[in-house]
Amino acid sequence: MKRGLTARIVLALVFAGLVFSPLIARRITAHRDGAKTQLDLQTALARHGFYLQEVSHAAGVNFVHQAPTLDSRLDHIMPQVASMGASVSIVDFDHDGWPDIYVTTSKEGAKNALYRNMHDGTFKDVAEEMGVADVNLAGTGVSTGAVWGDYDNDGYEDLLLIKWGKPELFHNNAGHGFTRVTEQAGLPPWINANTALWFDYDGDGLLDLFIGGYYSEDVDLWHLSSTKMMPDSFEYAKNGGRKYLFHNLGNGKFEEVSEKVGINSRRWALASVAADLHGTGHPDLFVANDYGVSELYVNDGKRFHEAGEQAGVGFAPKSGMNASFGDILNQGRYSVYVSNISEEGVLIQGNNLWVPKERASGDTLQYENLARDFGVEIGGWSFGAQFGDLNNDGTLDLYLTNGYVSLDRDKSYWYDFSKIAGGHSAIINDAKNWPAMEGRSLSGYQTKHVWLNDGSGKFVDVAQAVGVTDTYDGRAVAFADLWNRGVLDVIVANERGPLLIYKNTVTPENKWIEFELEGTKSNRSAIGAQVTVFWNGEQQSQEVSGGSGFAAQSQRRLHFGLGKFPKIEKAVVRWPSGKIQTIDAPAPNEIHVVKEPA
Amino acid sequence: MSQPSVVAAPQPTQPLNWKRFFSLDNRYIAPMFITCILIAGHLSFGILESYKKTGIAIVASIVTELILGRIFTGKWPNIASAYITGISVGILVRSPAFWPYLLCSVISIMSKYVLRVKGRHIWNPSNFGISVLLFLAPAAVAGLSIQWGNYLLPMIVVWILGSITIARLHRFHITGTYVACFIAFAFLRSFLTGNPWQSEIAPLTGPMYQLFIFFMITDPKTTVRTTRWQCIVVAIVALVETVLRLEQVVYAPFYALFIVGPVALLIEMWLDSRKTVAVRVAT
Repeated sequence: MKRGLTARIVLALVFAGLVFSPLIARRITAHRDGAKTQLDLQTALARHGFYLQEVSHAAGVNFVHQAPTLDSRLDHIMPQVASMGASVSIVDFDHDGWPDIYVTTSKEGAKNALYRNMHDGTFKDVAEEMGVADVNLAGTGVSTGAVWGDYDNDGYEDLLLIKWGKPELFHNNAGHGFTRVTEQAGLPPWINANTALWFDYDGDGLLDLFIGGYYSEDVDLWHLSSTKMMPDSFEYAKNGGRKYLFHNLGNGKFEEVSEKVGINSRRWALASVAADLHGTGHPDLFVANDYGVSELYVNDGKRFHEAGEQAGVGFAPKSGMNASFGDILNQGRYSVYVSNISEEGVLIQGNNLWVPKERASGDTLQYENLARDFGVEIGGWSFGAQFGDLNNDGTLDLYLTNGYVSLDRDKSYWYDFSKIAGGHSAIINDAKNWPAMEGRSLSGYQTKHVWLNDGSGKFVDVAQAVGVTDTYDGRAVAFADLWNRGVLDVIVANERGPLLIYKNTVTPENKWIEFELEGTKSNRSAIGAQVTVFWNGEQQSQEVSGGSGFAAQSQRRLHFGLGKFPKIEKAVVRWPSGKIQTIDAPAPNEIHVVKEPA
Repeated sequence: MSQPSVVAAPQPTQPLNWKRFFSLDNRYIAPMFITCILIAGHLSFGILESYKKTGIAIVASIVTELILGRIFTGKWPNIASAYITGISVGILVRSPAFWPYLLCSVISIMSKYVLRVKGRHIWNPSNFGISVLLFLAPAAVAGLSIQWGNYLLPMIVVWILGSITIARLHRFHITGTYVACFIAFAFLRSFLTGNPWQSEIAPLTGPMYQLFIFFMITDPKTTVRTTRWQCIVVAIVALVETVLRLEQVVYAPFYALFIVGPVALLIEMWLDSRKTVAVRVAT
């Protein structure tokens, strides 16, 4: 009897301990997070090796994104439907060696901005005089993103503007202005697109174009024929916009070939990125879809094969908002970061960090999600993210922005959102069934994440410590060495919020090297070219991208941090044409302009 | 969720006949049904977070049951109930981490051995475990709250099979009463809040509710005895759920059952004890 009583008491104590263990763990975590306070510049430099200062006003940039006003039948949920469109892309449009910034707004009649780098720390909006400002005219839809690529190999980056509406292609006239060439190019009259990228999928030296649809292309969000235009499932939706692949014919015209080459999907695409994941020399395509699984299109040089499930990235459906690549372990292999939704007490999807598994030659590529192990899993309602070496220590860090709809701080729409999200397709699909938002926030006012890579598989969030304290509804993140100082500055586009420019100050002890590539046989933008730098027994690979993250494009110039006392053995450039170029012992702390050898 | 434990009366030895051969012990109907849902849902739509997580939940649940059953009853317990608890945790808990599946299963089963009144556990095990975790670990755990696929057919099949299963166990009146009350209260909420009635009905069409109404609220071990009171109690569950929903509590059904279930049982026990005392006094 006594033994039984003792056992019951022990059981009760263990039970109580287990029941309250999450609470205790939470207290400990909260206490630890409480230590993440903002540091001053010198302390942050000493502790983390860099500091970010928001300088947009000082740099002459006072751009605020504005949201569209869609069909009145969406009024009750307008803030969450009209919740995307803030984008940023980096381009040296006038070829002066200084990165410029193109940024979109989404209000009907409002103007996009092209900020020319004035070389003195400031920017000047020249979009109007260049002819790429007034692009949100009534009846044509509104901007949702822009990517730059030299599609005609004339040495100047051209602009592809995507919209919930008519996509537009602008030819760059040697940096003096732009000519609209949409009709000549053969682009379709309407795509509700949220993602696009330039890449040369067939290796013919001409940049091709991928565009991913979000809402179906037959939906005009300003004149709805039906309110049944929402996703038909929160995680298995297949009623989104189609995906397009435009093959560059070389005469200013493009041919739509998606179905012909194996891309046929109606998932709700929000982000895409291309890189050679298999080492075949052909760029593969990764698409992050909202309301469903991600897709991985493996390129065999002629066709794409959707291998997401086989590779492990397309199994568990989530809400993909971002796709970006990075060689985070300095192994010459790219991991993929896909952002999703996590809201305490409601929905914990967790972001995905897809790290490639070791594989024998000939094995298919497989990924495992190590976001939790690496510490980059929970990021709120996450949107754009980019990998880049923010402190020049030789490893790639991760910047993530987030926040969906920030309205009333004290009222949340999450309860109603979760209610409808669990409903059958006949209910969730119809906007009129969605409860009114009535000024409530949905994952609003979220703090951002700047995860510092310690090089051994752990990322530590230092956002507050290094000066990233904004709580806007972040969408697009782009990296660029805006003032040619050998550091990566961060540019963030916010929905219904200001464009932020975080100027980076990095400890001078850490060295760097940058490569500005120009293709000759390959596409002139060198998109798809890969540079691997070997130094101090380490190696890191990066690839020139024609668009990555969410609605973003970082600078084409590749930036490598090298840490202290680097001895660079070599840099190996693998051009899209297949040509391999080795640069022996390139000097650190320099921008190397490299032209593809004939 | 727990095993609907309808005890079959001992049968005299009979020669094998086909009808008997194909008949099932009621104890295994619910586990088989929920396994079918799991397999069909996963093969069709990949509903599970991962095989490993569901496996952890099931194994943890069964192992805990075996250990505690052996220690506190001196016998190896039937694991059908623990299996249902584990599989329910595997389906209903959503977390990128592994530990919630382990913890939820363990505390669900432990609750049966710890939280007892007059030799009877008063919380449905998985309802207890899931509610505790959702309440105390919201940063790491969420409940299943999305639709499996977009098709009406799987939902209808689950509803029909679930109804047949639960009818065979003589508990359809509980499910039926709850559904009727939920729908009535959904219209009431729609009227009070001004939200579309479809959005108030929406949760009922999701898989979380299919598990909730067929397995959780019907658990014989944690429901009151008489048919009439079972219907009344489940109607009160729906009412409390509505109150919580009006307060915008996301996991209202779990919390409603967590609150009402034990209270109903305790009242029943109290009434029973009064009757017993009255009988003793009378005799």
